[in-house]
Amino acid sequence: MTAPVIEIKGLRKTYGGGDTAVHALRGVDLTVHRGDYVAIMGASGSGKSTMLNILGCLDVPSGGRYKLDGIDIGSFNETQLSLLRNRKLGFVFQSFNLIPRVSALGNVELPMTYAGLGRKQRRERAEAALELVGLSDRAHHMPNELSGGQQQRVAVARALVNAPALVLADEPTGNLDSKSSNDLLGVLGRLNALGRTIVMITHENDVAAHARRVVRLVDGEITSDHRQAPL
Amino acid sequence: MSPLEVLRFAVKGLLANKMRSVLTTLGISIGVAAVILLTAVGNGASKAIENSIAGLGTNLLTVSPMRGGAATAPRPLTVADAEALADKRIAPDIRSVSPVVSAQATATYRGLSHSVGQVIGTRPSYFDATSSPVGSGAAFSDSDVTDARKVVVIGQTVAQELFAGDDPLGKQIQLNNIPFTVAGVLAQKGSSGLQNADDTVVAPLTTLQYALTGTGSLNQVVVQAESAEVITAAQNQITAVLNQRHGITGSSTSDFRVQNQQQLLSTRTQAVDVFTTLLAAVAGISLLVGGIGITNIMLVTVTERIREIGIRKAIGAPRGAISGQFLAEATLLSMIGGAIGVLAGWVGSRFSFSGIQPEVLPSSVLLAFGVSVLIGLFFGSYPASRAARLRPIEALRHE
Repeated sequence: MTAPVIEIKGLRKTYGGGDTAVHALRGVDLTVHRGDYVAIMGASGSGKSTMLNILGCLDVPSGGRYKLDGIDIGSFNETQLSLLRNRKLGFVFQSFNLIPRVSALGNVELPMTYAGLGRKQRRERAEAALELVGLSDRAHHMPNELSGGQQQRVAVARALVNAPALVLADEPTGNLDSKSSNDLLGVLGRLNALGRTIVMITHENDVAAHARRVVRLVDGEITSDHRQAPL
Repeated sequence: MSPLEVLRFAVKGLLANKMRSVLTTLGISIGVAAVILLTAVGNGASKAIENSIAGLGTNLLTVSPMRGGAATAPRPLTVADAEALADKRIAPDIRSVSPVVSAQATATYRGLSHSVGQVIGTRPSYFDATSSPVGSGAAFSDSDVTDARKVVVIGQTVAQELFAGDDPLGKQIQLNNIPFTVAGVLAQKGSSGLQNADDTVVAPLTTLQYALTGTGSLNQVVVQAESAEVITAAQNQITAVLNQRHGITGSSTSDFRVQNQQQLLSTRTQAVDVFTTLLAAVAGISLLVGGIGITNIMLVTVTERIREIGIRKAIGAPRGAISGQFLAEATLLSMIGGAIGVLAGWVGSRFSFSGIQPEVLPSSVLLAFGVSVLIGLFFGSYPASRAARLRPIEALRHE
């Protein structure tokens, strides 16, 4: 069996020090295998954003171990982390976070540009990714010419274009109406069916219902880990 | 990431804020154009001085008083001094002596008025000594000087300003409200660097002394040696005569100065060199200010695009790609500015400024353009490294 995509043990994160120290994560253990679709749920302040930042290699833990796709990132410096984000991770944010004044196609090409791929290959793979999210006809539109749902689908295309080990979604439906939300969850479900590993942060039960597994965080600790569909 | 990609991102970044980019570029353009143009003016001025002094002839000596020296009782140069120099028995190598007084005056003719650069009172030998031939009409004569007749020879600039194409000969002009008859017009001489040699009026010595300057001291005595070969001998003879007349012995400091054209040239070019250096310094400062403008604008740009930087970092842009993008933007700004500046400086140097035809120094073009590119790199590096150092989570959280 291949190494799990995520393997964390005793993960801690503390902000500040002394009396005012905030313990965002108090020893979390979590293992996510390839092809899983996990929803991390929790109220605000439960530590789920901190969790996402660490999983996304945007922040480093205060204690514990984190192996991403079998690689222990404990000793990684910033350059290595950015390389890791580029090759192993794809992000979908609540507020879409497309680069303004860059076309949908250009946004999807960006991770491959940083990875150093050639122009032709980038173009082909970006078009394929846009096709997968059903936006081939919007490839040359600027972000401000797209609806929220379309922007978020472009973001999904950008997240998966480098064939990452893990797609991280942070409240991906938070800024969408219910129809766009359903469209987007459909896209994520299809991606997972094709074998992508997805970890999604949400606080909505009906969004979490689309995942195969639901993990609940309360005050920086996992209180329940429930599988609702087989791997 | 290939350099071409970096450049593409930079161009996109600049086009996103066209007005801002254009204005920032303008700062550098002005600086570069100023460096090129001002050094060209300085260069042109020193070239003009060389030419005009070479045109004066090599057997000319100028005696001028030195005031404020260490001499115990400095005596002014007088007409008597000049006459002593004209004595062939004491100073055999001197061909002619022209005492000179100069003044400022406003010339008027039928309601037109012109402030003359230099009004000179002298003797007819002055025209020959200083190679200032009379173009039309005639110079005044020795008897005009003796009788203090109110006649003048005017320079080309004065003729144009007052007569605008009419024939000035025989007409009456007024110098500070005193009427003079125009006897002749000097041939065109051109600029002699910092002053326009055509903006002059020459009158008999005595007339000008009575009318404007008073009969006291002279401003200058222009001496023509017999030939260029005996110029040193003539210089020694002048010094001997004047030392004796002014009671200067070996130990006391002289109250006059005898200069040949070579010395005059070096004094004047020194003056122009100082002037050129000053101009270049001012231009350099404006280039520096343009550079600071780039830093300023790039800092604003980085702040504005913090979120974008966060996104780029989240999807795996390494530090180098981020700083490279902003550095490329800054350098592109300064390079475009530099190129426009070079063009503007070159076009500007086609025109002449108060009689000086600027001559562009190729080295100044290279220097100004090179410095502008370096300025982009230097002044862009701080904002670029600031962008690269941003932490992605904080940048993403930025609204």
